Amino acid sequence: MTKSHALRNQEKVRSRIEQNLKRRYRKEKIFRGFGIASIVFGLLCVAVLLTDIIYKGHGAFFQHYLQLEVQYDPETLGIEQVDESALALANFDGVIKDAMKARFPEARDRRARRELYSIPSTDAPFALRDRLQQAPQLLGERETIWVMVDDDVDAFIKSLDEIEGGFRGRVSERKAGWLMSLYESGELQNRFNTQFFTSGDSREPEQAGIKAALVGSALTLLVTLALSFPIGVAAAVYLEEFAPKNRWTDLIEVNINNLAAVPSIVFGLLGLAIFINFFELPRSAPLIGGLVLTLMTLPTIIISSRAAIKAVPPSIREAAMGMGASRIQVVFHHVLPLAMPGMLTGAIIGLAQALGETAPLLMIGMVAFIVDVPTGITDPATVLPVQIFLWADSPERAFIEKTSAAIMVLLAFLITMNLGAVWLRKKLERRW
Amino acid sequence: MNSIATAVSMPETAVQEGTDVDHKIEYPATTVGAPFVDKAKLRMRGIDVFYGDKQAIHNVSLDIGQHEVVAMIGPSGCGKSTFLRCLNRMNDTIEGCRVSGDIQLDGEQINGASVDVVPLRARVGMVFQKPNPFPKTIYENVAYGPRIHGLASRRAELDEIVETSLTRAGLWNEVKDRLDQPGTGLSGGQQQRLCIARAIAVSPEVILMDEPCSALDPIATARIEELISELRENFTIAIVTHSMQQAARVSQRTAYFHLGNLVEVNDTERVFTNPEHALTEAYITGRFG
Ligand SMILES: Nc1ncnc2c1ncn2[C@@H]1O[C@H](COP(=O)(O)OP(=O)(O)OP(=O)(O)O)[C@@H](O)[C@H]1O
Ligand SMILES: [Mg+2]
Repeated sequence: MTKSHALRNQEKVRSRIEQNLKRRYRKEKIFRGFGIASIVFGLLCVAVLLTDIIYKGHGAFFQHYLQLEVQYDPETLGIEQVDESALALANFDGVIKDAMKARFPEARDRRARRELYSIPSTDAPFALRDRLQQAPQLLGERETIWVMVDDDVDAFIKSLDEIEGGFRGRVSERKAGWLMSLYESGELQNRFNTQFFTSGDSREPEQAGIKAALVGSALTLLVTLALSFPIGVAAAVYLEEFAPKNRWTDLIEVNINNLAAVPSIVFGLLGLAIFINFFELPRSAPLIGGLVLTLMTLPTIIISSRAAIKAVPPSIREAAMGMGASRIQVVFHHVLPLAMPGMLTGAIIGLAQALGETAPLLMIGMVAFIVDVPTGITDPATVLPVQIFLWADSPERAFIEKTSAAIMVLLAFLITMNLGAVWLRKKLERRW
Repeated sequence: MNSIATAVSMPETAVQEGTDVDHKIEYPATTVGAPFVDKAKLRMRGIDVFYGDKQAIHNVSLDIGQHEVVAMIGPSGCGKSTFLRCLNRMNDTIEGCRVSGDIQLDGEQINGASVDVVPLRARVGMVFQKPNPFPKTIYENVAYGPRIHGLASRRAELDEIVETSLTRAGLWNEVKDRLDQPGTGLSGGQQQRLCIARAIAVSPEVILMDEPCSALDPIATARIEELISELRENFTIAIVTHSMQQAARVSQRTAYFHLGNLVEVNDTERVFTNPEHALTEAYITGRFG
């Protein structure tokens, strides 16, 4: 009797499990669907963003150059021999103008001449000077060289593929005609724009480069890393391993968590008040930028480092202490090596935030127009996101593609940094 | 402290009287059997341990003799681990844990805020319940203690320490070709023997073992028991175990704990054949625990 009862019971249980099984699987499927959908959505957003940026910005990596037949005529230049002082005073502008005049003799009146002269970039005379400085024997000789064209010209030629007749903007009909003839005869060529990577900002879009901002960002991040990582790790180690657990440490913990959520501009104001007004450090410099960003990233690094330290198994600590290791030895021999990958992840997240930060840097003057590439942490500098902000704010059409190009450089910087972090973590983790 | 001082000079066979010390003991009032010996390596008198307000060990007094294996048995939660951890001050690392009483190693007080735990733990080593090798190479695991205590001045010396320790722990032949591989990659039993090798590498005088075989299969257990018997020639060993067979096999004396009290201490054979206290008998006959 009891046996058949038990059997019936088992059957009932089994059928119930089966019923529930379907429901369980359905739930699982729905959940998985949600997960996949959100990942697809995220990827789509990234893809749209990237294609838009690349589409808009790829042009900035190329620049049109104009073929010119120039004569380094001592008379036009107004110099007799090639030396430092003579080169500084020499009239290279005249040489360019002569070459343009010779190419388009039909331009006679003043307005036509002015339009003609505006085809090469204002950088062209400097390119000639550099050339002559390198090869002094060219004085009095003729030569065919390639010089950069003005941004309006560049934008016009680049737009030929997209707009019927090209984007004219400030380019007159007559000038457009000259440009077309140059373009068709192959005297205007699209070339890789090395200057974009080798020079600083400029009012002339065709001469504006990213290097100053890139170096500024690198220096600022270097200062940030050098300060925030050791300080953050030391603070985390002290709080986790040595500090007594009492009301004071609770208070400190609450405050650190609060600091992580403080708007970054507040740190900028703080930096302005303390580092510039009180300590009178040089403004607009990576040093101060780094200090301010250190303040900003410290909470992130401390919080993630503490989490990493907490995740070290207590059995390892116990084993080390049981061997007679002092607390410092336990920390340095066991806890830190095991927590290092997690700490690095936190530091990289903090630095990535810092890399993209603009607001606090505006407060300490890193928004200034900086042409020279900074050579040290006390030179005036700007950083990539601020450069993007400045270019996005500029009216010239050519700055649109520069802005997108700068964003690409920023993303590349970020990806390099993250790859470096992943590599470092892998390397450290391999030591278990 | 005064009453403890008198307790230290008590004759070793005397059964501790409840009135002899001024700690309040509700139950059981005394430790029966022979808690004290002549040539004690470790002398403990009137040990009380508190976790916060909760008392985990009540007025325990016990001697552990030179080159002797003392087994500690008792139901789960009775305070064996807590007591064992007093002997190398590992309880210091637990927040809110307080140990009072008199603990002497070779007549030297080791319980007190002024005592440096670093050299103490080099003299009193510990093997834990769960094998916990460092996430480093096998070599580094064993070399760690000698390194931090500065026991070897040259690499060759260190190599020798590592080899002898691993040999003594019965692990050398299994790992000699892969000393540079992670200690965490060994099997559970090998890991525990590695931990023993690590502990004996600094030549401690006493080794504390807290259920060293609880995570191991019978073969690995047998190896470690064999090892304990060999180690007894050079070391004094206190071992906590849940296996009465193990206690019977490896120990000379056995201490039975119950609810934070030390109920009975006697020769191992006596405890398992003819226990003095009713609680001990109940435990070894399997009526609880
Ligand atoms: N860290 C701690 N904090 C608070 N109470 C603790 C702590 N560790 C142990 N205790 C308590 O102290 C008592 C003794 O614990 P202990 O770990 O010494 O028992 P045990 O005899 O080793 O048990 P087991 O055989 O299960 O290992 C238990 O009641 C336990 O709850
Ligand atoms: Mg225990």
